Amino acid sequence: MIRQILRKTYIALIFIFLYAPIATLVVLSFNNSKTRAKWGGFTLKWYQELFQNEEIMQALWNTLAIASISAVTATLIGTIACISIQSMKKRNRAIVMGITNIPMLNAEIVTGISLMLLFISVGAHFGFTTILLSHITFNIPYVILNVMPRMKQLNPSTYESALDLGASPLQAFFKITFPDLLPGILSGFLMAFTMSLDDFIITYFTKGPGVHTLSTKIYTEVRKGIKPEMYSLSTIIFVTVIILLLLVNYSPKEKKPKTQSKKG
Amino acid sequence: MKDVLVDLNNISKSFDGHLVLDELNLYVRENEFLTLLGPSGCGKTTTLRILGGFEKPDKGQVIFSGKDITNLPPNKRQLNTVFQKYALFPHMNVAENIAFGLKIKNKPKSYIDDKIKYALKLVNLDGYEKRMPDSLSGGQQQRIAIARAIVNEPKLLLLDEPLGALDLKLRQDMQYELIRLKNELGITFIYVTHDQEEALTMSDTIVVMNQGYIQQIGSPERIYNEPENAFVADFIGDSNIISSTMIEDRLVEILGARFACVDEGFGTNQPVDVVIRPEDVELVSPAEGTIQGRVTHLIFKGVHYEMEVMANGFEWLVHSTRMVTPGTEVGIKVDPFNIQIMKKPESEDEEAVGVNE
Amino acid sequence: MSKKLLSVPYLFWSALFIIVPLLMVFYYGLTDKSGAFTLANIAAIASPEHSKALWAAVRLSLISTVICLLLAYPLAMILCNMKVNHSSFTVVIFILPMWMNFLLRTLAWQSLLEKTGVINSILGALHLPPLQIINTSNAVILGMVYNFLPFMVLPIYNVLVKIDANITNAARDLGANEVQTFFKVILPLSVPGMISGITMVFVPALTTFVISNILGGGKILLIGNVIEQEFTQAYNWNLGSGLSIVLMLFIIFNMVITAVTDKDGEVSIL
Repeated sequence: MIRQILRKTYIALIFIFLYAPIATLVVLSFNNSKTRAKWGGFTLKWYQELFQNEEIMQALWNTLAIASISAVTATLIGTIACISIQSMKKRNRAIVMGITNIPMLNAEIVTGISLMLLFISVGAHFGFTTILLSHITFNIPYVILNVMPRMKQLNPSTYESALDLGASPLQAFFKITFPDLLPGILSGFLMAFTMSLDDFIITYFTKGPGVHTLSTKIYTEVRKGIKPEMYSLSTIIFVTVIILLLLVNYSPKEKKPKTQSKKG
Repeated sequence: MKDVLVDLNNISKSFDGHLVLDELNLYVRENEFLTLLGPSGCGKTTTLRILGGFEKPDKGQVIFSGKDITNLPPNKRQLNTVFQKYALFPHMNVAENIAFGLKIKNKPKSYIDDKIKYALKLVNLDGYEKRMPDSLSGGQQQRIAIARAIVNEPKLLLLDEPLGALDLKLRQDMQYELIRLKNELGITFIYVTHDQEEALTMSDTIVVMNQGYIQQIGSPERIYNEPENAFVADFIGDSNIISSTMIEDRLVEILGARFACVDEGFGTNQPVDVVIRPEDVELVSPAEGTIQGRVTHLIFKGVHYEMEVMANGFEWLVHSTRMVTPGTEVGIKVDPFNIQIMKKPESEDEEAVGVNE
Repeated sequence: MSKKLLSVPYLFWSALFIIVPLLMVFYYGLTDKSGAFTLANIAAIASPEHSKALWAAVRLSLISTVICLLLAYPLAMILCNMKVNHSSFTVVIFILPMWMNFLLRTLAWQSLLEKTGVINSILGALHLPPLQIINTSNAVILGMVYNFLPFMVLPIYNVLVKIDANITNAARDLGANEVQTFFKVILPLSVPGMISGITMVFVPALTTFVISNILGGGKILLIGNVIEQEFTQAYNWNLGSGLSIVLMLFIIFNMVITAVTDKDGEVSIL
């Protein structure tokens, strides 16, 4: 019993540790005072002003566009790469997987400056495109690392039996292999999207003047003070994600007999 | 009741409101090879885990060597378990695995080394000390798991479907091996399996379980020849189970025909279940048979032919070394002592309960 | 044959955007402004201000890695024992915060830790002495632990759930008590997860410049800050690259350890 209580307390403390800053931001989004330090009463005005703030809206648009395009592109390239990596010889596979791991294990600042140097040397114009290319680069490994385990679990005889039953290789792939890989592809996509959304460092080194994602916009505001509209925007994003998660987890079609009572 | 090593008293256990064991009573004698046999979910593994100390019963007591060990943790019990998928420690080599229990007990090194040698010899794996578990075949891992358990000199060895993951040939070899080991070591084995052949081959005593209840306890011969209810009859080997009427003592009406039998005490004109093993059904000429039918199917099974005979609306399963081609009209004859009469369960619940002795 | 062609886009992409950029870091790091070969950029790490920043980064990141490990291990064990639908639960706890911008979350710690911030108000109400860690290296450590804790929990958790319950049962069955079972069986089996977690925490903590900027109040200069300034303020790419190469030595060391202990790539974060 005591052990149970200790366990629950521990989890609750970690939960508070992880979510206290988030709660703070949510509270600040309703704070009728420009400074973070004081509570000036409840207000919804930052939510109204948010949509009039063109800079933030533009940064939001950039962030979402980069996250979506880079996640889709990385998912395509990564999934296709997995198919061929699986059929490689052991040594080649090890080399390719080693290269894949570089952006995961390397420091983001090094990845950021290395891409910056590349773009400088080819004389690229720093802006939306350079950010997008960088995001695709660090997203591909997340897709591969999610799809690869699924690929290894694939039962080769299902694909072969599809061929045996008269399907063309392409049909067999899309009707048999692809559905099996789908959960891995989806989680890879989601992870890529999340990483792109949350990235600051690599964006910081590969963006051009005047082009902002939410992260870099926030960073430039750190010294002069964050606009409260930022808090309301991130609250909206956060709540949206929670609602989506709840919808996915508790959709009526798959009723599981009391999975868990979630509390801390 | 002398020499009782383990005594389970009124053990009940439920998981998430689902009753897995209901007031189970069972005793095991010293030096006995006892098998818990039943389909998955019958409670046999739970019984074993309660013995091992990995589950605590909701009610009841576990008595071991005359002492109540119900609340004793697994590491304080004088028994060892051979787990279903061996559960060898993957980060230790064979010798370290076997030495684990002895090192915990701070035995001297020379003693441990001797024990490892002895145990490996016993399971026919001399020289495997330095191998890692994942480099061994399933059968070898199984032997190491047994060696790891027996070096601790337990009074009781619990085996949880230990041969389940092996292929047929290896399984049969290991059955003989286990019997040899048991005889050499002179310790009590409690063995869990869902394989009736395994149970019949190895056990001194078989406990047939279903839905948390003991259905029948007895020697392999008794369980096979005299099943006490339809579940046992059906679970142990193929059989013809026919709903019938007991006319009077030693006379039963099966499918409208009267058969002589040897059972008494079921009353008169009582509904009963009759069990007849397929090898006990004799196919004779129609005139000689008690009832008449026609052979519908024939399969060659190696040691015998398996035939299906349609007679009085029932498909009889027949094993015989003599082949009768499908379409032939035959008579069916059964010796009186090969007809096993069982009381009919009055409800489904009672069917589960069976004879709870 | 056609399957081999499928890898062309990815191989091309990784050559162009992973290998070539890294080579460029080495090129810049090993040349001076005129393009002549030099080791000066790398030797610059020995200068007092650079080596101070490097050791500060090593010290803070080591401390936060150890704290993460100590916090994460019990947490991973508890999560394992709860046997809840693990994927959704761990997602809720660890992935969900990532959807709130990482800079904002770190900034929120400013509000929480400030002299007149939330935590000190609570402490004051309880008549406890105020916490004065904002703009100190302790605040930076807290920020590192906060941001990188999930990367420690998930690999350890993934290793622990894969340990067959019967392995621990077998240890208990053979006479080991709970403490012995933990140290002789569970801990050794979870080493790959711990190493993977240590790598995942140590590298980003060592190289961060954002957390030290926001929570250190500009007083804490880590090697990441120095490199960032060389690139974005001093425009001395050669020196920045040279220092990055030094940084990469640490990372390569880490990569080698990971590769040795996790040959099959079994221990990934997800």
